[in-house]
Formats: sequence, structure tokens, C-alpha cells
Amino acid sequence: MPAPIHPLRDRAFYLPDAEATAALAARMAPYVGPGRVLLLVGDIGAGKSHFARALIHARSGPIDVPSPTYTLVQTYPDPEAEIWHADLYRLGDPDECLELGLTEAFETAFCMIEWPDRLGDLSPEGALTLTLEQEGEGRRGRFAWRNPDWDEVVDALGA
Amino acid sequence: MAFLAMKAPMDRPLTLLGIESSCDDTAAAIVRGVPGQAHVLSSVVRGQGALHAPFGGVVPEIAARAHSEKLDVCVADALAEAGVSLSALNAVAVTAGPGLIGGVLSGVMFAKGIAVGTGLPLVGVNHLAGHALTPRLTDGIAYPYLVLLVSGGHCQYLIAHGPERFTRLGGTIDDAPGEAFDKAARLLGLPQPGGPAVEEAATQGDPGRFALPRPLLDRPKCDLSFSGLKTALLRQRDKLVVDGRLLRRDRDDLCAGFQRAVADILAEKTRRAIAAFRAAEPNGRVLSVAGGVAANREIRSSLRNVCDAEGISFTAPPLALCTDNAAMIAYAGLELRDAGISHDMTLAARPRWPLDTTADPLIGGGRKGAKA
Repeated sequence: MPAPIHPLRDRAFYLPDAEATAALAARMAPYVGPGRVLLLVGDIGAGKSHFARALIHARSGPIDVPSPTYTLVQTYPDPEAEIWHADLYRLGDPDECLELGLTEAFETAFCMIEWPDRLGDLSPEGALTLTLEQEGEGRRGRFAWRNPDWDEVVDALGA
Repeated sequence: MAFLAMKAPMDRPLTLLGIESSCDDTAAAIVRGVPGQAHVLSSVVRGQGALHAPFGGVVPEIAARAHSEKLDVCVADALAEAGVSLSALNAVAVTAGPGLIGGVLSGVMFAKGIAVGTGLPLVGVNHLAGHALTPRLTDGIAYPYLVLLVSGGHCQYLIAHGPERFTRLGGTIDDAPGEAFDKAARLLGLPQPGGPAVEEAATQGDPGRFALPRPLLDRPKCDLSFSGLKTALLRQRDKLVVDGRLLRRDRDDLCAGFQRAVADILAEKTRRAIAAFRAAEPNGRVLSVAGGVAANREIRSSLRNVCDAEGISFTAPPLALCTDNAAMIAYAGLELRDAGISHDMTLAARPRWPLDTTADPLIGGGRKGAKA
């Protein structure tokens, strides 16, 4: 059965510094749950990993959160849902995303995906996209989503 | 589950097959000797990094079956090159983590197959321990010694007390230096892998033209951060780009400034790690730098200068044994086997496997963190 198509919604905001990015991630932490996917879009140095690291620290306290650039995926246990932090930059083909078990994780885990363009058609419809772009000393941020489940989350983030 | 058996007599050399498939490459090697005095009889690495370099990124081998196919060939080649048959081996060592689970799993399954088929003991090895013990394979360095493990995916200071006992003094809270070089190359339109490309461009550049930050130098411990440096490089680049183009001169100066910043950060943190090492091990005399980043001439010479100033010996294993290889796994397995350690068929592949589970976590913390 095809998923119902919802209109794309979005919300733009400004993050004046790295602390603001981390604070936004911390406000998102209570919404970790199974089947929730956050796509992190932005160039190198935009703050994608910084956001993911801050969210994981907000959930799990002070633990090592290594960069997933070489390992592709780092997973973290969590009482709500296992947290997946992936960096797909090095992938060449969406088939490799299947091989990594990402499509399964989209159903059962809370996923934060960097370079989600590599997913191609595997990109989940119900995901929330956070785009970060350098602007002045800070970052221009934008949430975009179709799944109405995210409405209240984005509202609560006060972004 | 590990077995502790009767300790093999020290003077009897052991011959081990090592298998490594935890990262992008697949490798097998034969090592023979005793702890602190062993030789690499063969070391075969089958990667695909070079094949994919033109596409701007080293493409990892995700598929477990591709690893399995290559493992077959690697092991056959390693045995043939060493002129050794399976029956001449004393044990099979395999990387059991940390790393990409598919790759680790195929290596572990493959090694179990050999162990079952031949009746040889199986030894599971931590990939990071393999890197950290390489100075004992190449230079016979005595315990305890200080290791700076600095590669694409790793950056940590470790005291090696024994084949299974390591103290982590600190490490990167975000990117590893190898990753920082790769990303700098991506930002500046240079090919992958970024280390050699940035180093080459830096030889033509002025390291003093751009003031790039040295994150975490204001903090007392040995933790490092390279992510903010990447962001600073991006900012500087964007100021220089005209009509989407970066002048070669500007690019080279950025590379030189970036490389100098990485070298300075590593030098200062190494100075602190040496102090912490001496406080813990007053008889410690050696720093060994293991990992591909040690191939960078500026970083290498700056670390050597720190060691000279601190009165500590500097060693760095040859590059072929610094990048991912199976000789280090065979050698680490040899030390474990010599200590009577082997594993049964329950040996598990571990995506995460810290060498020092008691170490403080590597986090930024506080306003003066990595990107503050």
C-alpha cells in the first residue's frame, strides 16, 4: 500500500554558534524513538557530526562518540531505541546501504544519517531533514518533513 | 571465551597466520618468532583504495561475501609467499574487532573454518592492539612504552604494558588526523586519500599565511580535536574562492597552514602524553608512532623534535606495517598465544572494542570544546 503523500513542511532558523547547534540537538534528544530517521544535510564542516554527537551525549552521558566517516556506522544502545549514527559519504551505491542494514534500522532504530543523498530511492519518506549551511559565524538551519508526526517535535524544539 | 593453557616455552618460535578484514582492506600474513623477536614471512594486502581514488573517496568494501572471496586468495598467497603450509602453523590469529561488522564477521568465520579444519588454536585479536604492538614486531621495543596511534580513523595515546594491557591517556574527541587530511583535501579539491595530496601541495605553500586554530591546546589533558580546524579551513577557503575557483597558490598556502596546525597540535599533546607516561612509568623510554599519518614528513619530524627535547626515543614502524595489515594481527596473536591465550568457537565479532575500558571518555565538554 503506498504511503499517503503529505505536503512538505519546513522551518528555517539561525544557530549563532556551535553551542546553539548542540543545544538544539539536546532539545531533540527526548524524541529519540524507534523508526524515527533524521537526515543530516550539509557540506563538510557544517556541523552534522557535531549535532549528532551532542544528541548522543544528551541521551547517553559522557561516552566516546567517534566519527563514523571510516566505520560508516556507529551504534549506541538506548532504552528507547538503538541509536544509529551513519556517514554514507564513502558509499557508491544504494545497494550498499542495504548491505549495512540501514533499511532495517529505519524501522527499528533512531537513525541520524549524514550524506543521505547516497540513499537514493531508499531514503525514508517519513524522515525529518535537517540542513545546515554556514552563514556568517553561525549556521543557517532548516527542518523539512512530510510526516505530520514531526509537527509537534519541531514545534517543541522551538527552532 | 578465552582458554588459559600451559605456557609455551619462550625459546620455541611460533608461526602464526594472521587475518585482517575489519576495515576497507582484506589482508593475510605469516609471522614467525617469539615476543619481541619476530619476523614477517609474508604480508598480503588486497585493497581497493587505489582503484577508486579517481572518484574522490576511498570506497569501502561493505559486502561480507567480497571479503570472504578475497580472504581465500590472501591466505593462499600469504602461505605461498612465506613457503609455509597450514600444517607448519601454531595458531590462527584474526581481528575480532573493532570495525565494520560485516568485514570482521567474515574474517572471524573464515579463521574459525581454518581452525576447525586444521585443529589449530584460534586467537582473536583487537585491531587496535595490533597497531599498538607493531613496534615490538618491527623494533623489539620492551614494555612499557608510549604509543601514539594516529591513522585515518584513530588517534589515541596509549601506554602499552603488555599484549592485553593498555592505558589510554587521551585521544581525539571528534575526527582523527587522517580523516582531517582527507576532508581538507575534499574541501580544497584535492584527490583522495588526502594525506599525500595535502602534503604534496603543502611543500609549495607558506604555512604562516593563514592563522588556523589549534583546538584544545588550552586544556591540560592529552585529548585532541581536529573538527574545528576543518571548519576554520572551510571559512578561509570561502574567503579566497573567486568565481568558484581557488588559486593554486592559495590552495597550497591553506594546505601548508593546515598541516602545520595538525603537526603543532600533535606535538603539544605528545609533550603532555610523554609527561603522563613518565609519571605512570618512570622507566619508560620510548614513544612509537604507529599509523599511516606517521608517514607525513612534517608531522614525523615535529614528533621527533618533541622526543629529542624530552629525552625519549622515537620510533615509527615502516609505513607498510603502519597502515592496515595482517602481520600486526599475526604478531599480536603470537604474543597472546605465547601467554597461553586462545579462543573457542564462541569468539564473537565486536564492532566496538576499546583497548582500555577504564579510560575517561573522549568528550569535548564545556564552552571551550572542539568547536567553541
